[in-house]
Amino acid sequence: MTQSVRSTRLGGPFLPQGLLAPAIGVLALALAYPLGRQVLMSLQEYGLAQQFGEPAEWVGLANYRALVTDSYLWGVVARSVAFCLVNAAVTMALGVAVAVLLTTVSKVVRLITQIGLLLAWAMPVLAVLTVWQWMFDTQYGVVNWLLSQGGLVQFQGHSWLIEPLSFYLVATIIVVWMSVPFVVFTVYAGLMQVPAETVEAAQIDGAGAWQRFRHVVVPAIRPVLLVVGLLQVIWDLRVFTQIYVLQEAGGVSRETNLIGTYVYRLGIAEGDFGTASAVAIFMLALTVLLTFGYVRRMLRAEGP
Amino acid sequence: MSQTTKVAPTPSAALPPSAPPMRRRRPRRGRQAGLDLLALLVFACAVFPVYWMVSSSFLPGNKIRATEPTLFPAPGTLENYRRVFTEGSFTSSLTVSLSVTALTIVVALVFAFLAALAVSRFRFTGRKQFVLAVLVIQMIPAEGLFISQYKMLEGWNLLNTVTGLTLVYVAGVLPFTIWTLRGFVDGVPIELEEAAMTDGCSRPRAFFTITFPLLAPGLVATGIFGFIQAWNEFTLALVVMTRPENQTLPVWLRTFTDVNRGTDWGGIMAGSTLIAVPVVVFFLIVQGRLASGLVSGAVKG
Repeated sequence: MTQSVRSTRLGGPFLPQGLLAPAIGVLALALAYPLGRQVLMSLQEYGLAQQFGEPAEWVGLANYRALVTDSYLWGVVARSVAFCLVNAAVTMALGVAVAVLLTTVSKVVRLITQIGLLLAWAMPVLAVLTVWQWMFDTQYGVVNWLLSQGGLVQFQGHSWLIEPLSFYLVATIIVVWMSVPFVVFTVYAGLMQVPAETVEAAQIDGAGAWQRFRHVVVPAIRPVLLVVGLLQVIWDLRVFTQIYVLQEAGGVSRETNLIGTYVYRLGIAEGDFGTASAVAIFMLALTVLLTFGYVRRMLRAEGP
Repeated sequence: MSQTTKVAPTPSAALPPSAPPMRRRRPRRGRQAGLDLLALLVFACAVFPVYWMVSSSFLPGNKIRATEPTLFPAPGTLENYRRVFTEGSFTSSLTVSLSVTALTIVVALVFAFLAALAVSRFRFTGRKQFVLAVLVIQMIPAEGLFISQYKMLEGWNLLNTVTGLTLVYVAGVLPFTIWTLRGFVDGVPIELEEAAMTDGCSRPRAFFTITFPLLAPGLVATGIFGFIQAWNEFTLALVVMTRPENQTLPVWLRTFTDVNRGTDWGGIMAGSTLIAVPVVVFFLIVQGRLASGLVSGAVKG
């Protein structure tokens, strides 16, 4: 059946475009328009005075120039990148390990573990954050209790969020706990697709378990690992909710800001929308840079 | 918006199609027991926070503020839940959350369904560009755009309104919804419709009597996905709904935690449990189906 016949059979030639119109309208209104506006805003002096009606002044790249020379921003960027890479790496390592573990355990145990992981995966982010706050509570938290029971008495009444490094440790535990299930399920599905013959052939050739994993299984699931790893990097780079909530719960925000919370504090809290927009654009550019390869691969899979 | 519940279009084209699964090698008995034990440890780590949330929500205040934590809430109390419902603004936040979520689902589903139909059943100029745009838009982090969306809604007097928040939510879930629904529409062979048309059905009738019922599971699955996204979303809700009386449940939970820190963890856990229950239930229902929808959505060209 040829395409032209298809489209003329039902209504006029503009029917498909008409079907697309509502979706395109919403995306243009709520994504494209603010994006364009954000670019413009980042080129303007848009502070508190403009909030009260003064016209915004064009300043060209001044916001960007100010940012590039601002050592605090570079600190934030360095922290964000480090946080993102550590979290993504830990998540991937744990996720792949658990997925491999699942292929070796008995059927019942596997089912039980999968249900547990599914539960963790399904939890709303805010519920996750509150329960971990409660577990890490200074006075009555179960973590401090366990540690001091285990002989580490210094953890009695220990505050986890004051110190930036310990703040990031808590944030990392939470982010990893939330992200591992997705990695496990995706990688496990990938592992199930690895042909048994190739693994067996390697075994016959005398490859040990680690060698089989490293040289047969990993290359076979490489595409899955790449995609999942990349998604982790993207998600952990834009992390906002976890950091924001933990900051409000007792972290020192100036010492713990990552890009997302920095944009929020600059814009919503301090009213400096020009600079905040510039930082947000910077974050978008970073994301595009990171996802460029992935999107291109998806496009190629999409075909003509 | 895919930050809260991490589901994303995985290009499963990457996987080799239908090869026999890797056979599980049976290790010796002792080692097997060790591996099983390790897996159960993973289970415990995954489940403990969830258990702790539910368990604490049934504890009376004196058990919460005790030097020894209570591991099992017996005898439990519903007092925490009563407080959540009667004190503070839980019910008004529930109303806001329900309205925004319902509106988002309905609008996103209708718009995405029409768009999916267009790209799946028609060939036209701009089709490919649209699919590409949807793909690229999915990569835009909400965290990189909320400043501008805030200014936009402020300019239109839509801050603190259900309409305003719904608008940005619909835009957030639409790309993924279109992408997934397209997979479902592609999954219904056009030959079915054509057969009905040969039997004398008009094309719209053939579509609505033959194809549409087959799409129902896909619509349910994507609808639930939209529910989870909108119900859990925090960043935009925090930015758009600035007044306490307009907060959605996640933002309410945060402020509730702020006010009660150190005094009412039981109440906070009851609130968390109430927010989590619908999501967990829906998530478990839809999990498998969503995965297969993702797969078909990603493979079809």
